[in-house]
Amino acid sequence: MRLDRRQFIGTAAAATATLSAPMVKAGSHGKPKVVVIGGGAGGATAARYIAKDSKGEIDVTLIEPTRTYYTCFFSNLYIGGFRDFASIGHTYGKLAVDYGINVVHDWAVGVDRDAKTVALASGSSVPYDRLIISPGIDFVDGAVPGWSVSAQNKMPHAYKAGSQTQLLKAQLEAMPQGGTYAMVAPPNPFRCPPGPYERISMVAHYLKNNNPNAKILIADPKPKFSKQGLFEDGWERHYGGMIERVGPDFGGDKVEVRPDTMELVIDGEATKVDVCNVIPAQKAGRIAELAGVTNDKGWAPVEAFGMTSKMDPNIHVLGDASQQGDMPKSGFSANSQAKVCAMAVRGALTGSKVFPAKFANTCWSLIESDDGIKVGASYEATDEKIKNTGGFISKNGEDAATRKATYEESVGWYAGITADMFG
Amino acid sequence: MLATKNLRLVPWILALTLAPLTASAADASHGEKLWKKCRSCHVLDESGKRKTGPTLSDIIGRPAGATGGYRYSKALAAAGKDGLVWTKESLDAFLEEPKVFLKGTKMTFRGMKKPEDRADLIAFLETAAMTPTLQDAHADPELPAEILAVEGDPDYGEYLSGTCTTCHQLSGGDEGIPAITGWTREDFMTAMFAYKNKNRENPVMQQITTPLSTEEIASLALYFESIENTE
Repeated sequence: MRLDRRQFIGTAAAATATLSAPMVKAGSHGKPKVVVIGGGAGGATAARYIAKDSKGEIDVTLIEPTRTYYTCFFSNLYIGGFRDFASIGHTYGKLAVDYGINVVHDWAVGVDRDAKTVALASGSSVPYDRLIISPGIDFVDGAVPGWSVSAQNKMPHAYKAGSQTQLLKAQLEAMPQGGTYAMVAPPNPFRCPPGPYERISMVAHYLKNNNPNAKILIADPKPKFSKQGLFEDGWERHYGGMIERVGPDFGGDKVEVRPDTMELVIDGEATKVDVCNVIPAQKAGRIAELAGVTNDKGWAPVEAFGMTSKMDPNIHVLGDASQQGDMPKSGFSANSQAKVCAMAVRGALTGSKVFPAKFANTCWSLIESDDGIKVGASYEATDEKIKNTGGFISKNGEDAATRKATYEESVGWYAGITADMFG
Repeated sequence: MLATKNLRLVPWILALTLAPLTASAADASHGEKLWKKCRSCHVLDESGKRKTGPTLSDIIGRPAGATGGYRYSKALAAAGKDGLVWTKESLDAFLEEPKVFLKGTKMTFRGMKKPEDRADLIAFLETAAMTPTLQDAHADPELPAEILAVEGDPDYGEYLSGTCTTCHQLSGGDEGIPAITGWTREDFMTAMFAYKNKNRENPVMQQITTPLSTEEIASLALYFESIENTE
C-alpha cells in the first residue's frame, strides 16, 4: 500500500527521528522557520510546497488576514454571471490540517530585518529564518485625481477580489436602462494585464442581455493593451457599438473623477456616468514597502533563481509585488514563481537538492460565452532577470470549437491552480 | 474477498440490464465525427502505435482489459477478470458515464449523454477496424528507442511537475484539462514529444514542452507514472 499524503505527513515526524539528521541551517530555535505573508497564488503555493516537500523539517507559518480568500482571477466571470461568488472563495483548512501549516489570520504590519521577526496587528511577533512576502498590490495614492480609498464605495476598483467585486456587480445590475458604465484603466505595470479588458467583456455580456442600450466608456492611459487585437475583434463581433475606448491620443491619460456627482472627466470634458470602475496605478502591497524591500517605483526587485530580494538575502518576494523581469503580474506567474522559491528556500534551510529555475505563465480571458482566448510563455532564470524564452497567443479567426475548448481549458486551469494553492 | 469481488460486479451488471438498446438506425458516418473525441487517446489499428489509451481495434466482442502491453487501471483489469466483455451493450453503458459504470477507470472521458450518439460511435467502432482508410491519421509518432531509454530522475520530475500541477490535478480530476497521473512512462513521453514536435496542437502544451530536455521529459514521466488517481 502506498501512503497517501495525509498519512505521510502524519508519520513524518516519527520518520525523521529515525533518519540521519538533515543538514539544518537554523538558529538556536530548533527547526528552521519560514514565514509567508499573503495567502494568494504566490504565498499559499509557497507555504504548501515548502510544508509538503520538507516533510516536516521546516516550520511554516502563513499570515493571511482573510478567512475566505476570493481569487482575483475568475472574479470577472462572477461579474459576467458565469460563476457564482462562492465558487471563487477558498479557505485555509487543508493547509492547516493536511500540511501542518500554522495559518495565522492577521495583518503583518512590520518586519524587523535585524531581529528577523514579523510584527502582527494583534501585537504579537513571529520569528523567521526566511521570510516570503507575497502581498499582491496596493494602489498609488493620488494616481487618479479625485479618487481615494474613501471613494471606493462610490467608484469601486474591484481589483482586489471580495466585497469590492460584489459591489461592482451590484452597481452594474442597478444601472438605469441605457446608462453608462465607465472604467478608468491603469497604467503599466499592473496586476493581470488582460484583466480590465476581460472585465469590459463580461460587463458587455451582462449589459447585452439585460440593458442592451447601455454604453461602456473606457479611459485608458496606455496606447496598447494585452491581447488587444483579440479583444477588439471579439467586442466587434459580440457587442458592436457598445464599447468606446479613449486612449492617450484622445486624452485617456488625462483623467479626473468626481465621486460625489458621478462624473468622469477626460481631458477636461466631464461625462455623467452610472457606474465608474476606477482601477488606479499600482505598487507592491504595503508590507513590502514597510519591510524596506521596494524601490523608487514601488515594486520589490528580486533575483531570478529563487525570487530573493535584492535588498535582503533572507527575504523573498513573489507575484505581483515583485519586479523580476519579463513575467506578467498574474496568478499563474505567482504560482510558478512560488515553486521555484519553495525549492530555493528548502535548499538553503535543509540542504535539499536545488534544480534549475523554470517558469511558465498562461492568461486565459473570456470575451463572450464559449469564446475564450489565451496568451502564454515560458521563462528561465538569468543573472539579469527572469527572461522570456518564447510564447504563443490565440489568433483571430479561430473556429468556435477552438474558442470553446480554450474556455473549457481555463475552467480546468482554475480547478488545477486552486488545488495547487489550497490543497 | 469473495464478497468484495461480487460487490464490484454489481454496478456494471446492473447497468447492462438497465441500458436501453438504441442501435436500430445507427449512423457510422456520424460516429466517425464523434470519434474525434476519442482519438486524442486511442488508435484504431494494431500497428504498434499506442497513445494514452489502448487500441480500439476489434473492440467489439473483446474481453475488457485484454490488450497485451497496455497497463489498465486496477478497476478495469479486475472487471475483465470478472468476465466483462465489450459488447455493444456494455460499451453503450460504459460510454454514457465511464466513471459511474466503472469506478476507478483511468479513462478521463466524461461521457456521452445522447443514446443516439453512443449508438453511432459504436457503429463506427464496429466497422472502423475493418476499414483501413478510417484509421486515425493523427496518431502520435513513435519515439525512437534511444529516447525512450533515457533515464529520468524522479526527484527532478517531482520538482518539474510543479509546472504541470498549475493546471493538471494530482487527484486525477479532469474537468476541462485531462488528468495526467498514472500514465505509463512510454505513453507520457510519447505525448510530450508529440507536443514538443508540434504533432499535437495545444499551444499551451507546445509552449510548456518546448524548453524541456529529453531527460526532463523522462523525469516527469517517471514521476507521473508513480501517481495513482484518487478521483
